[in-house]
Amino acid sequence: MSETIYGPVTDWATDFDHGSPAYNNNIHQIWDDLKAAGCPIAHTERYGGVWLPLTHDLVKEIAYDPTRFSSLTPVVQQLKPSEALLEDPDALGAPIGPVPPISSDPPFHADARRLLLPAFSPKVIDPLRKEVEEICNKLIDDMGDVDAIDAAVQYTQHIPVLVVAQMVGLPLSDADRFRGWVDMVLGGIGAERSEERLAQFMAMDEYLTKHIEEHIANPQDDLTSYLLDAEIFGEKLSPRHVFGTILLLIIAGIDTTWSGIGSSLWHLASNPVDRRRLVENPGKIPMAVEEFLRAYAPVTMARMVTDDMEFHGVQMKKEDRVLLPFPAANRDENQFANPAVVDIEREENRHAAFGLGIHRCIGSNLARLEMNVAIEVFLKRFPDFELDTTEQVTWSTGQVRGPRNLPFKIKARG
Amino acid sequence: MRVHVDSSKCQGHNRCYALAPELFDVDDLGNAFELNDGIVPSGLEDKARLAVANCPEFAITIED
Repeated sequence: MSETIYGPVTDWATDFDHGSPAYNNNIHQIWDDLKAAGCPIAHTERYGGVWLPLTHDLVKEIAYDPTRFSSLTPVVQQLKPSEALLEDPDALGAPIGPVPPISSDPPFHADARRLLLPAFSPKVIDPLRKEVEEICNKLIDDMGDVDAIDAAVQYTQHIPVLVVAQMVGLPLSDADRFRGWVDMVLGGIGAERSEERLAQFMAMDEYLTKHIEEHIANPQDDLTSYLLDAEIFGEKLSPRHVFGTILLLIIAGIDTTWSGIGSSLWHLASNPVDRRRLVENPGKIPMAVEEFLRAYAPVTMARMVTDDMEFHGVQMKKEDRVLLPFPAANRDENQFANPAVVDIEREENRHAAFGLGIHRCIGSNLARLEMNVAIEVFLKRFPDFELDTTEQVTWSTGQVRGPRNLPFKIKARG
Repeated sequence: MRVHVDSSKCQGHNRCYALAPELFDVDDLGNAFELNDGIVPSGLEDKARLAVANCPEFAITIED
């Protein structure tokens, strides 16, 4: 993929571009260089002005402060919120935001979130294990008896789409379309705002609107009908709210988990000792998953500055955006011993892969289940595999980081 | 030994319940609370410490 419309980065401390392929391809080196140069908060004029704090303390402070840092724009793209509103005057503004509750601020946020929490609580999610196992096994069955696979294209990218489609009540046969849209929304933040991209947004809009209309006419036993029936402050949710939340569940539930599973498998393909330890002791997988979540956390969130202010020595302006790189917080040596070392038996692990504070990822229990099952099934079916060095591993662009191509050689089957 | 979940800090990461279900439970919203007034039965002290060491919000405390 080419650079973004903004052109190549000259200096990562003052001119970073989180939407460029170079960022995700070199992310750990970039953070290390910035920190070594004494830069705890990087800045760029791109995207209308964005800050990038790198320490656990700073990330936590911002995540805990919804008054000065609004969640209105979880993805930092080219348009500022006020500009985006000019393009779509019907869009929901603060404190609800376009995709509630991830884009909502207190006090609205807590009520919008409470509606969803029961559907994602551990006791509701854990019984889905069998379904996820079936999905994973079927994907491996479908690969046939070959020695070379692309584990991202043939495995990781399908798992969360199928799970989310089932929860929201979307036809599984449309899974490829959602994945394409999600990739466009999250991966194309720096790309040109072309007619083609706008047309794709319209297609997604129309598809989801029709999906919701069908559920109004024929309620089903799924999250869409649940939301249509739910009330907030004594009133039914607005159609725009339901639309935004469904869009959120699709966007937030797909790329993220796909990336988490992919990075874990990439690590296991590159580290035979760890792979063997987990093949011999599948009981250690849950602890290893937590370490993969720490070391390769896929998700960087974002906030919007609500007013001009000084923050730890920098002058932030109203409507500046602030990235919340939980993955960088997870590699802060003040919070984690030997943060660059991936230790699959790390006992003390307060990682922030699912965020900190009131916006903790609502799907974290589901994501963990999918990661655990996907790795368990993969190791059982393919106890020995390695990277195919004749092919290229590629990484996503944008605020969700994970492998998009994982060429593996399969060396043993279980 | 006793454990305690500060409900004002818990955000439902669910780590304590996953690591030490003998000591913690979660409500319908996924927020955690300690079982049995937080009293840690003998032999489960390490699990209690593990729960503390894995809470991203620093919401769990131990009293000896």
